[in-house]
Amino acid sequence: MCLAIPMKVMEINGNTAKVEQEGVSKAARIDFLEGLQIGDYVLIHAGIAIERLDPEDAEETLRLIRMIAR
Amino acid sequence: MRYIDEFRDGALALEIAERIRKEATRPLRLMEVCGTHTMAIARHGIKGLLPENLRLISGPGCPVCVTPQGQIDQFIELGKSADTILTTFGDMIRVPGTHSNLEAERARGADVRVVYSPLDAITIAEENPGKRVIFFGIGFETTTPAIALAILEAWKKGLPNFFVLSAHKLIPPAMTALASDPEVGIEGFICPGHVSSIIGSEAYQPIAREYGIPCVVTGFEPLDILQAIHMLVKQAMEGRAEVEVQYSRAVSQYGNLAATKCVYTAFDVVDTEWRGIGVIPVSGLALRPEFAAYDASKFLPEYVPSPGNKACECGLILKGLKSPSDCKAFGRVCTPENPLGPCMVSNEGACAAEFRYSGGRL
Amino acid sequence: MKDDIILLAHGAGGKKSADLIGGLFLKHFGNPTLNVLGDSAIIRNGAHTLAFTTDSFVVDPLFFPGGDIGKLAICGTVNDLAAAGAQPIALSAAFILEEGLEFEVLERIVDSMSRTASEVGVSIVTGDTKVVPRGSADRMFINTSGIGLLPAQEYPSPERACVGDIVILSGTIGDHGMAVMTCREGIRFSSEIMSDCAPLNDLVAKMLEASPSIHCLRDPTRGGLAATLNEIASQSGVCIEIEEEKIPANEDVRVACELLGIDPLHVANEGKMLVIVPAQDAEAVLSALREHPLGERAAIIGRVHSEPTGRVHLKTSMGSLRILDIPAGDLLPRIC
Repeated sequence: MCLAIPMKVMEINGNTAKVEQEGVSKAARIDFLEGLQIGDYVLIHAGIAIERLDPEDAEETLRLIRMIAR
Repeated sequence: MRYIDEFRDGALALEIAERIRKEATRPLRLMEVCGTHTMAIARHGIKGLLPENLRLISGPGCPVCVTPQGQIDQFIELGKSADTILTTFGDMIRVPGTHSNLEAERARGADVRVVYSPLDAITIAEENPGKRVIFFGIGFETTTPAIALAILEAWKKGLPNFFVLSAHKLIPPAMTALASDPEVGIEGFICPGHVSSIIGSEAYQPIAREYGIPCVVTGFEPLDILQAIHMLVKQAMEGRAEVEVQYSRAVSQYGNLAATKCVYTAFDVVDTEWRGIGVIPVSGLALRPEFAAYDASKFLPEYVPSPGNKACECGLILKGLKSPSDCKAFGRVCTPENPLGPCMVSNEGACAAEFRYSGGRL
Repeated sequence: MKDDIILLAHGAGGKKSADLIGGLFLKHFGNPTLNVLGDSAIIRNGAHTLAFTTDSFVVDPLFFPGGDIGKLAICGTVNDLAAAGAQPIALSAAFILEEGLEFEVLERIVDSMSRTASEVGVSIVTGDTKVVPRGSADRMFINTSGIGLLPAQEYPSPERACVGDIVILSGTIGDHGMAVMTCREGIRFSSEIMSDCAPLNDLVAKMLEASPSIHCLRDPTRGGLAATLNEIASQSGVCIEIEEEKIPANEDVRVACELLGIDPLHVANEGKMLVIVPAQDAEAVLSALREHPLGERAAIIGRVHSEPTGRVHLKTSMGSLRILDIPAGDLLPRIC
């Protein structure tokens, strides 16, 4: 029930953003996210952006994963 | 950082699996609630990396699977009028109702259209003013904000011909029903990542506190799932029962409040039937009276729960009390092409995932 | 639920298509030539061996990024002949046109067919045209049939895969199906994904020069790589194991598939060949492929084992093994 993929915000027009990943782009509603910037990554599900992805948290998660693996 | 490939490193996966193997010193029953997790686990062959004593059970978090046959019958019934366009997510097209499914109805002449987003259904309604456009509202908390947004759009535009038949459900009440059933014996929940982006990790506190079950909010890439399993194993071995967030890059403590607010503007919480399980209190969503103009259920007679197939063991499988291969119908009468019950119905049902990706046939 | 009506899934190249062919067509038409169910029928007539194939094209939209129904109609049939190791010597083209179709559209498509056939070096020698009332056909349906000559006594065939053979894919998967999907109503996303629609007869000729004993050739069209591998595994009575990491795919196709919840292994390809070859010839065939413009991304993706027969296994990028099953039917976008 949770297929959502990370895509990068390329343009913002009011409550819609153009999001893109690897040349595939889509219009998505961003009504539920405030202060979105060009270059942010968001999760897209059923045509809407449900959350902004935090790059620092992502790096931290990877760091912890590598620590477990050691 | 592109958020996908980094979390699919096969070498790291094997190393985490090795750590899990070392640290899981007793048998453990873990449940992944979300159907997308069931699918990801099957697709990446995660079970094959885990030790034998670690049992992963698939819970009822597949909204397609738990939609009652009777509601599918209702949606099909609505489509029989010539003035109606049925719109639905692709996931629902082959799900069996009592006698038929949307695919067969489309073949018989019903106007059934697959959409990627409920907002596309709004566009169809605008483009077809002479028709009644009904959207099948399926999905848990990840999806309901999109439907709520669509309903508010319809209201803002004064669209007279857009309707939603709500079959929406909520995850925490289902988890509570399972947690409170001693027969089920879950020792850790792999909590749904994107549902949690909306509802926040705090939503699972009551389950951890009152039932003593560790909860880890998990992402969907293989490394996310393995890290989360490691975190659950650690909690279990250390005798802790806390809510931890593995998927920190997408989940906050309180979630997306704007999305939640929108959902409860359009919907009320109601008791609802889960296919294979029965009625779970305050586990579903119905359109609020203010939005009755967009509620498709008013076109229908009162909903009557339908009896399931007698050979179907989905109720027990959804609770993790039986595994797919325990069911006599599995792989014989009941296959993905001819599913008897919810677990075989979509790729993320426990039985479908097992049949397609391993099914004791490996 | 038993089917008492024909569904779109029956034409999608997956399980229901297989059931229809086996349960109905073979039951009534069955004969040794047909029963092989190769991409082409092999017909021996005295000193000559012919390959004969037919295909119908109903793609919507008629024009898609990288091609059109006309180009597809020529390539599809040429490629089915190529899969038998045959060079095409003649094609037919039959048109079912919907009343109201714009003449200009028809001309563009026929022109495309002519140019593609020229490129291949084959002529359309016979044809037919029917017009049906408005609403009875989706603008245009095309059927092409083709005959080719098989010079050798041995030719690739779906039941010839042997234990120890190497599995090679000539290039990236999913391009055609996703290019068409982006044009679909209700899927509003844009990309630069192009159909890989291309005639493969020359590519096949180069491969056969490198190894005259190629065991199997097949173009993975509807149903994708998953359907094709399952068909061969079943017809040859072997187990095919492929590695996820080795399968070439373009990034934008991967993303488009993730976005819609579609498995790239189920997506149609119209310019790719699956090649199953004895191990000792694998490197030579791979080199021949990579030297050809249509095979630059060719890669070894797996190997043939003995058991369990009729099964296809996928080694995931995590290193574990899972079954690669035949797809259920239509490709549908999902939210779950």
